[in-house]
Amino acid sequence: MAESPVGENGTASEKRSTALSETDSGERYPKGSAFAGALLVSVFVVATCGLIYELLASTIASYLLGDSVTQFSTVIGTYLFAMGIGSWCSRYVKRDELRLFVRVEILIALLGGWSAAALFTLFPVLDHFRVALYALVLAIGFFVGLEIPLLMRILRGRFDFSETVSNVLTFDYVGALAASLLFPLVLMPWLGMIRTGFLFGLLNVAVALAVLFMLPAKRAMLAEKIAGIVAAMLLLGGFVVAERLQRWAEVAGYGEPVIYALSTPFQRIVLTRSGDDLRLFLNGNLQFSSRDEYRYHEALVHPAIGRVAHPRDVLILGGGDGLAAREVLKHPDVRHITLVDLDPEMTKLFSQSDMLVALNRGSLSDSRLRVINADGFRWLREARGRYDAIIVDFPDPTDFSVGKLYTESFYRELSRVLAPGGVAVVQSTSPLVAPGAFWTVAATIEAAGLSTKPYHAYVPSFGEWGFILAAHGAVPQQARILPGARFLSAETAERLFDFPPDMARRPMPVNRLDNQALVREFAAEWARYEG
Amino acid sequence: MSWRPSRRTLIAGAGAGVAAAGIGWGVTRDGTPQGTEGGADMARGHRLRDGGFPEPAHEEHTGIVIAGGGVAGLAAGWALAEAGHDDFRLLELEDDVGGNARGGRNAVSAYPLGAHYLPVANREAGALRRMLTQFGMITGEKDGAPVYDPYQLCADLEERLLWKGRWQEGLVPHSALSETDEADLAAFGAAMAAFSKRIGSDGKPAFALPIAYSSRDADLLALDRIGFADWLDAQGWRSPVLRAHLRYSCRDDYGCEPAQVSAWAGIHYFAGRRGWAADGAGENVLTWPEGNARLARAMAARFAPRIAPGRIVFRAARDADGVVIDSFDVARNASVRTRAAAAILAMPHFVAARIAPDVTAPARAFGYAPWLIANVTVDRHPAGRGAKLAWDNVSATSEALGYVVATHQTIGARRKETVLTWYLPLSNMEPAAARRLLVERPAEHWRRIVADDLLATNPDLEGAIRSIDLWRWGHAMIRPVPGFIWQAAPQAAAVTRPPFFLAHSDLSGLSLFEEAHYRGVLAAEDAMRFTGHTHETML
Repeated sequence: MAESPVGENGTASEKRSTALSETDSGERYPKGSAFAGALLVSVFVVATCGLIYELLASTIASYLLGDSVTQFSTVIGTYLFAMGIGSWCSRYVKRDELRLFVRVEILIALLGGWSAAALFTLFPVLDHFRVALYALVLAIGFFVGLEIPLLMRILRGRFDFSETVSNVLTFDYVGALAASLLFPLVLMPWLGMIRTGFLFGLLNVAVALAVLFMLPAKRAMLAEKIAGIVAAMLLLGGFVVAERLQRWAEVAGYGEPVIYALSTPFQRIVLTRSGDDLRLFLNGNLQFSSRDEYRYHEALVHPAIGRVAHPRDVLILGGGDGLAAREVLKHPDVRHITLVDLDPEMTKLFSQSDMLVALNRGSLSDSRLRVINADGFRWLREARGRYDAIIVDFPDPTDFSVGKLYTESFYRELSRVLAPGGVAVVQSTSPLVAPGAFWTVAATIEAAGLSTKPYHAYVPSFGEWGFILAAHGAVPQQARILPGARFLSAETAERLFDFPPDMARRPMPVNRLDNQALVREFAAEWARYEG
Repeated sequence: MSWRPSRRTLIAGAGAGVAAAGIGWGVTRDGTPQGTEGGADMARGHRLRDGGFPEPAHEEHTGIVIAGGGVAGLAAGWALAEAGHDDFRLLELEDDVGGNARGGRNAVSAYPLGAHYLPVANREAGALRRMLTQFGMITGEKDGAPVYDPYQLCADLEERLLWKGRWQEGLVPHSALSETDEADLAAFGAAMAAFSKRIGSDGKPAFALPIAYSSRDADLLALDRIGFADWLDAQGWRSPVLRAHLRYSCRDDYGCEPAQVSAWAGIHYFAGRRGWAADGAGENVLTWPEGNARLARAMAARFAPRIAPGRIVFRAARDADGVVIDSFDVARNASVRTRAAAAILAMPHFVAARIAPDVTAPARAFGYAPWLIANVTVDRHPAGRGAKLAWDNVSATSEALGYVVATHQTIGARRKETVLTWYLPLSNMEPAAARRLLVERPAEHWRRIVADDLLATNPDLEGAIRSIDLWRWGHAMIRPVPGFIWQAAPQAAAVTRPPFFLAHSDLSGLSLFEEAHYRGVLAAEDAMRFTGHTHETML
């Protein structure tokens, strides 16, 4: 690149310059093509980084908040607007452009580099996530907006004006192309959002450090150097622990756009949707996928109710999504359903949201159904009624507090409210992944004095899933399966009771409140399965 | 490992004293949470020491008078009621019975003020099992063994230890151990298992609970004459991990350092419990949010009309017709003379010796360990890396004994807030000096110590501590120093003759619910025998 000591609107200072170039404010910068070249490369990097942050914010916003058109549009708009403010504000910078440029680089590196991790981590804890999102976008945009004018002013001594503008904008736009191609094709699939953020933060701070270390020793900018190194370390640290951050930032792990998220006193409810696939997660565990939940709920409900002569009073424990209730209501004999679910937010959501009401066919608003928001175990201990069918649809025993719902003490209470001739069914995790846990539930129900009849069904989003029928006497052999079901028919319902050798019964201990054998077995088996 | 140490009964038996309460709520300017204060051995106890009670103006008559409403006194009353003896009266210094087995309550949960659990009873503890059955804590029998109510047995997870920055299940470290640690832990465990199984030449278990059922073999009793630490040294067990665990155990059960207690007492912690229960519950414990106050209240409920609280017994003497007990009635601000055929002195011996010097031995040999207990109300449950929150949570690096979660037994979904009961025995100095420190150190300093310790164990509780309620026990536990259990205590007990009967766990040298209960039942049966009331023995 040719040196051009006199610019189009060259000032006296430029003309005076020999070994050093100067700007309006009389600042002196090292001359030489290496430094100028480095600055142009930095334009490229800076432009790439800026666009990556913008894409990250847009992608995270649409991932977390849904409606990607709105999110991309508003985030990009906000970002460009903030860049405008930054550019405009650059006029108030009168001196020390290089120092400021370096500082801005370090700041952008930190803000942009940590932006993905911060947004994911903040989403579950903030009530007004959008405020944080747009504040972050505004801040990054503002500083990126400052960058280019500053760079142009630093470079003006080396090229004539037209060349400066041309050089800077060319590198800027090429950088943008690089970013927009890299982001979807390489970065998202290989690094993920959080790591991508840190990687570009590192590149950003590398620019600042490169500029700093190319300066002659007497213009040390020691504070900036230290700040740059600290920032680089923070970003490198973030990159290294990104996987752990990803786990903290629970919403990063759903794999589908989140359309609803709510923390209640009891759990975290998250709904995701991708195309026609609606999924419910409680505390990060998949509860159903709308594509195949009919398999699960038909298998849960009909083999039990179909074995009761006149199923009039039905009790559902758990099942606040109303999907089991939807199946129960298909039985014409049913007069009353008592549905006990811990979380009022859950039953409210599934009785009010149009999309969810369409899925459970308004079962929670049916006049035959009564919702009780209470802890299942506590409610059961006080319960005085008798029920012809009991559907127990609790989350898997992942911790000691849910594990109590699978104990001998619990099933004794269940047995007390199960009418003579009644049948209960318990969802009992996967007999393929966790056969020990599955057969522990069976052994526990039997220890409580009930006889059992275990079965299993294939639900693609869950895998091979297990259920256990329980009754006072022997569980009836035959079930009346209503016609019109999508998954179950009179013939297929019989096949569910065959257990191939890899799921075959094995002797297991009884799960009690004071040993919680199930929670331990369940955790060990799933850990083995998931490696 | 064949031995699974668990926190044994913290403190049982009657405590003397009174609650001195000052109520605050909120946070002080330096950020230390506030709370209430209470404890034993304050105003009423000191009034007893200083004397100056008015002469009795009223007189009352009863068959048997029980002076003291701690676990021993309540067990005596329960045993009298069981035998159909309804002519008795129990006088209690405090406004509430229960002694060290009292509990408190706030908006979040009930919580213990002292003893917080009872291990599954040994086969030999027949009277205790009978009571547990009556209270619905033993619900039946299976394969010949008692079935305990699953809702009252401590729910899993029982214990966890913060060891090298990570919570692990159980209280004995099982990672990062040296070869010496492994070897000494194994050797100690094997020795304790052998002691636990051993039957003496008199056909009795080497270490029983109640201890009265223990073998009197000379080599076993000789263990009571040497210090536990010396005995461990003599075995060559110097693993720091083992010794730290044994220190924890001694402080937990006796409020003492291993060097201060006898080897017999130290071994008893590990070899004295053979819980007898169906469904593998033998090593478990019964526990409730309010701790052993559940048991104390259940006993008191059997004879509630016979209990007179707020009565400071200040004199007990013999006369021609039996006994004369003088007490100061706090509510009436007047003294009362109670005449009875027999008296059960169910109070710590240092109090009994003061109010009844003519009929009791001096209390010189009786030393008591002071404790501080803090009930910490927190806005969220403690967490931490590794094992999940347990009932009993201990840090290997803390001087305190950790904390117990009051809401652990809650079934179903738990609330975010809870109460943690935090325990500290002041064992590393002379008891008298420790008692002075306990009382004189300002409450806000103690609160800061509690908060700092809790936050060092659980940094996740930063900002979540709502209040810290302190409870100071000046004379929490009898100290089983060498020679006490099998020499000094029986000698002192032998001095007291009918119509006086002593009932307190300090006569056993072990501050355990089982001992207090046994002593109460024993005194009640002796008193009934003396007064000619026929009954069938439970012992």
